[in-house]
Amino acid sequence: MPLALVHARYQLLEIIRIPVAIFGSAFFPAATMLFFVVPFAGDDPTAATFATAAMITFAVMSANIFQYGIGVAEDRDQPWSSYSRTLPAGPGPRFAGRILAGLAITYFSMLPVVVIAAVATAARVTPAQFLLAAGGVAVISVPFTLLGLAIGYSLPSKAAIVVAQLIFFPLAFGGGLLFGPDNAPGFVDAIAPYVPTRGALELMWAAVTDWRLNPTSMVMLGVWIVVFAAVAGWAYRRDEGRRFT
Amino acid sequence: MILARADQVSRRYGEVLALDRVDLTVRAGELVGLLGPNGAGKSTLLNLLVGLRRPTAGRVELLGGDPRDPASRRQLGVTPQETGLPGTLRVGEVVDFVSAHFPDPVPRGELLARFGLSDQVRRQTGGLSGGQRRRLAVALAFVGRPRLVVLDEPTTGLDVEARRTLWEAVRGFHAEGGTVLLSSHYLEEVEALAQRVVVIGHGRVLADDSVAAIRGIVGVRRVSLVADDLPALPGVVATEHTEGRTHLLTTDADQLVRGLVTAGVAFRDLEVRPTSLEEAFLALTADDRPAPTPA
Repeated sequence: MPLALVHARYQLLEIIRIPVAIFGSAFFPAATMLFFVVPFAGDDPTAATFATAAMITFAVMSANIFQYGIGVAEDRDQPWSSYSRTLPAGPGPRFAGRILAGLAITYFSMLPVVVIAAVATAARVTPAQFLLAAGGVAVISVPFTLLGLAIGYSLPSKAAIVVAQLIFFPLAFGGGLLFGPDNAPGFVDAIAPYVPTRGALELMWAAVTDWRLNPTSMVMLGVWIVVFAAVAGWAYRRDEGRRFT
Repeated sequence: MILARADQVSRRYGEVLALDRVDLTVRAGELVGLLGPNGAGKSTLLNLLVGLRRPTAGRVELLGGDPRDPASRRQLGVTPQETGLPGTLRVGEVVDFVSAHFPDPVPRGELLARFGLSDQVRRQTGGLSGGQRRRLAVALAFVGRPRLVVLDEPTTGLDVEARRTLWEAVRGFHAEGGTVLLSSHYLEEVEALAQRVVVIGHGRVLADDSVAAIRGIVGVRRVSLVADDLPALPGVVATEHTEGRTHLLTTDADQLVRGLVTAGVAFRDLEVRPTSLEEAFLALTADDRPAPTPA
């Protein structure tokens, strides 16, 4: 078995043995759907579909930023993590394993959202759009996973919790996740294409509606992926576990 | 063949200089004991050698390369100092996880049997006793059939029997040609296992020699006497005063006594006793001054 899969398997094993962690990540997007999307946009098929895609993007972002940002920072406090750094494997398999495990958890936490959207709203997608959206979740997980890893590897766990929370809201707001495609305030429209969440959101919209991608958002999403990957890689290499002075 | 080397290595944590221009060479087939009190810099030195930390100055080399390069660690086995196994994973799973990193791992059953853990294979590590966890941690160092094993205080917190089981495993590995670098603050452990001892104190190498030679250097005698006032005397490593007596630890009791006599000091109740290795070792690490080096 490739090392990346080995790392993914053990990450998942550890998560699954404490099932509350999974229910936590599944609860948040489901509750958001129930309280904000169903009552306000549930009856309009177009609005409900856009809103569901936005909620999924929101959930992918929060699941990944928190899962990695805080999870990695906490792991780094554990002696086991410093032991595993003495094994003959570089950052590659470890990163890849974490990302695969995170993706599995992200998909799992999507299930309630999808069920609620299908049962309680007018949101509708074709089978092809559904598959496209499922693939889209994997694609848009990449930048948020890398951002989470960058936070987790560069900060101690208490600071990582605060930074993840501070980054989280402006990313959601600035990227237009909290608005429909036509009702965002002007300044949000102006900055959104340069915010990494926007490219992710547009990919999800494009997967399930006839939304046309904004080239600026896509280019910026690519730029952000490179930036987050560079920061995460740099932080991993300079990481020496806990630091005391 | 040099398996691990530190060359003028220093490591600073903020204001604290944990290692100060340390040299250490571990050759194939050696069993080297790193001896020193807590906080002496043993763990820092080991962490540098296995690639967990970067030296502030100087160079470290592991199996011919940079320890921070994963390829250099292929023939390295490490036991962490703290027992920090992932509590939710089962013993067998932890072994399998580590095995997956090596091309030719020791089969799980064989490894667990060697460390007396066969019955625990299905247990979660969080449910093991302290001694079992420690044994598992040490066993993990041997999974990948390493050439060099680095054990950081492998038997801390173990009872006598568990300690001897681990010693047997380490000796067996060494007898088959393996190289071991282990740190300990138990003199007994280093004496029982190591052929060569490196004494570290205050971030410096205080002595580096065979067990016998270290005994020689630290073949320190305790000269104890009752005297009011002592002049500066040759070869005194440490001085203590207890219950009206003065205790002088010295590397050369004969010379010290001659010095006492020629200085015309008024003394009585002279006693010369051999010290335990422990006392000598405490004397060596008691202050910043490096010990007399072997001739």
